[in-house]
Amino acid sequence: MENRFFVDSDKLSPAAIEKKHRLEHDPSSRTDHMAYMEGMEVIHSDIYAKVISQMKAYDSGQYTAKDVLAALEHETCSVEDFKALLSPAAEPYLERMAQRAKIETGKHFGNTVYLFTPLYIANYCENYCVYCGFNCYNDIQRMKLNREQIDHEMKVIADSGMEEILLLTGESRSKSSVEYIGEACKLARKYFRMVGLEIYPVNTEEYRYLHECGADYVTVFQETYDSDKYETLHLLGHKRVFPYRFDAQERALMGGMRGAGFSALLGLSDFRRDALASALHVYYLQRKYPHAEMSLSCPRLRPIINNDKINPLDVHEKQLCQVLCAYRIFLPFVGITVSSRESESFRNGIVRIAATKISAGVSTGIGDHEEKYSGKESDGTKGDEQFEISDARSFGEMYRDMAAEGLQPVLNDYLYV
Amino acid sequence: MQKEDQLVLGNKTFQSRFILGSGKYSLSLIEAAVRDAGAEIITLAVRRANTKEHENILDYIPKGVTLLPNTSGARNAEEAVRIARLARELGCGDFVKVEIMRDSKYLLPDNHETVKATEMLAKDGFVVLPYMYPDLYAARDLVNAGAAAVMPLASPIGSNKGLATKEFIQILIDEIDLPVIVDAGIGRPSQACEAMEMGAAAIMANTALATAGDLTLMASAFKDAIAAGRKAYLAKPGRVLTRGGSASDPLTGFLRD
Repeated sequence: MENRFFVDSDKLSPAAIEKKHRLEHDPSSRTDHMAYMEGMEVIHSDIYAKVISQMKAYDSGQYTAKDVLAALEHETCSVEDFKALLSPAAEPYLERMAQRAKIETGKHFGNTVYLFTPLYIANYCENYCVYCGFNCYNDIQRMKLNREQIDHEMKVIADSGMEEILLLTGESRSKSSVEYIGEACKLARKYFRMVGLEIYPVNTEEYRYLHECGADYVTVFQETYDSDKYETLHLLGHKRVFPYRFDAQERALMGGMRGAGFSALLGLSDFRRDALASALHVYYLQRKYPHAEMSLSCPRLRPIINNDKINPLDVHEKQLCQVLCAYRIFLPFVGITVSSRESESFRNGIVRIAATKISAGVSTGIGDHEEKYSGKESDGTKGDEQFEISDARSFGEMYRDMAAEGLQPVLNDYLYV
Repeated sequence: MQKEDQLVLGNKTFQSRFILGSGKYSLSLIEAAVRDAGAEIITLAVRRANTKEHENILDYIPKGVTLLPNTSGARNAEEAVRIARLARELGCGDFVKVEIMRDSKYLLPDNHETVKATEMLAKDGFVVLPYMYPDLYAARDLVNAGAAAVMPLASPIGSNKGLATKEFIQILIDEIDLPVIVDAGIGRPSQACEAMEMGAAAIMANTALATAGDLTLMASAFKDAIAAGRKAYLAKPGRVLTRGGSASDPLTGFLRD
């Protein structure tokens, strides 16, 4: 079964509808997704070939129970061991994987869990990514916060007790310029100890500028590492260029960022291959930039406004847990973030096994924190959400719940130097 | 034990040879470390204390305890110096533990940068305790740079492998005139005892206490183990305990006059 992504808004002009349909159904109408667009920096990295060649050669069906058991017995998990742990043959050994993952998490992170919250400052987008609520053809309320509004949102979030923030935008250079995002970073430094970014990929010098503005962590989701599948999902805009996106984390590190986050959106393509590629992306970059702090997350597809049928297909909670345990065993030192896309019970369980970072007080909409945090109706317009969240716990609830799980909530472990 | 057996670091003297490491922090851990393990020095990760929640961390620290801020998060000497100065501004005093890591996987200290930072901080009036990989040349450089002690790692942090670098720590103890404080990897009281018996000046631990089933009991176990090891060292171990051993029939027994 496949997701049915295409939805036509009746507000689109006939010409826009025609273009949209052509993009959806006629591959020849789409640009070459492997060709860089003007202004995109080429860094000639060796990482791409290493990751993609391994992913292409990966046949998850060839691994057996024997391979899985051997992997669990090895003190250090090799790339081959990791491939076995991601395979269907490992599913019957999930409890053993979880036990091992818990030990590795404890060794490297103790019994701590980091709390953070995302702040969407704009949802304008020039891309047509068929599964995303912000896509340029989707009929949603668009909004971009101005300086005062950003300041207000940050104050509301900071007052709740949060000390780490992740700033997000839709992908629109024209509406949300690098300078605009830089100003938001400077504001964020007033209220928060740690500022991360999840924005459209930019060039090395732009990452350097954003770092100087106060950001120190860059997360970019590759969505899927299968470039052929990627091409059928990202039909328009800068995001269409697969290799430029792939090298984003490396450019961020070259630009002086302290760390980088990685992810595939599970449910778009073969999730085992995507999980393999995500982890190898981290593995090879860590070898090249050993000082960098790396993190992985593992989002699954969620329903969006105007399409409530979107779902993660064959990636059930059990498979998600397998992927997260395999990540932890293979890369014991990386942070693992679990999104509010997942349920409260799943998140409570996974932080005791493999996850080290969890969001709370989440809104994926624009300018609605005060209303969501205090219930106070405000008169201003709001921008619509990127996707539906599942776990809506506030910062305070999450702090209490994590402590009740026997974990020590950590609000900051970081110093901007 | 001899009355004058004190640990001297910079201009301060300490009765206790247990130092609480940073990492896992809670009020109950600090209490147990001070009350049951007898700690007089408590490490504080400046980056972890850099939160609104812990802004009053100094209030947590019992009177008479010396705070030892560390520079974890620093990737080079300049960053370590900045973090140390921030700690001093926060009111943490002049003691600083230099920690410089340029590897996020193993968190091994970078001796080269550590020597540079030690020199800058010592000139700036800090009492510098550098965390290091147990390398003799680096330890000598740290002495020359003005360190108040050296802090070699026993094994990779979090590994619980005990004294994996035992031979090299022994070389530092034998060759370096500063106190040698064993840090990282000490998972059990017996390992702490062994290091003290070798002549280590003090032991730093955190996880071993923080993750124990009975925090109070484990804290006092460390106190006893460290005291036992220190006594054995001062007692000058007999031939059973000394390195190399000796033959029961003297090899030189054939010499006649």
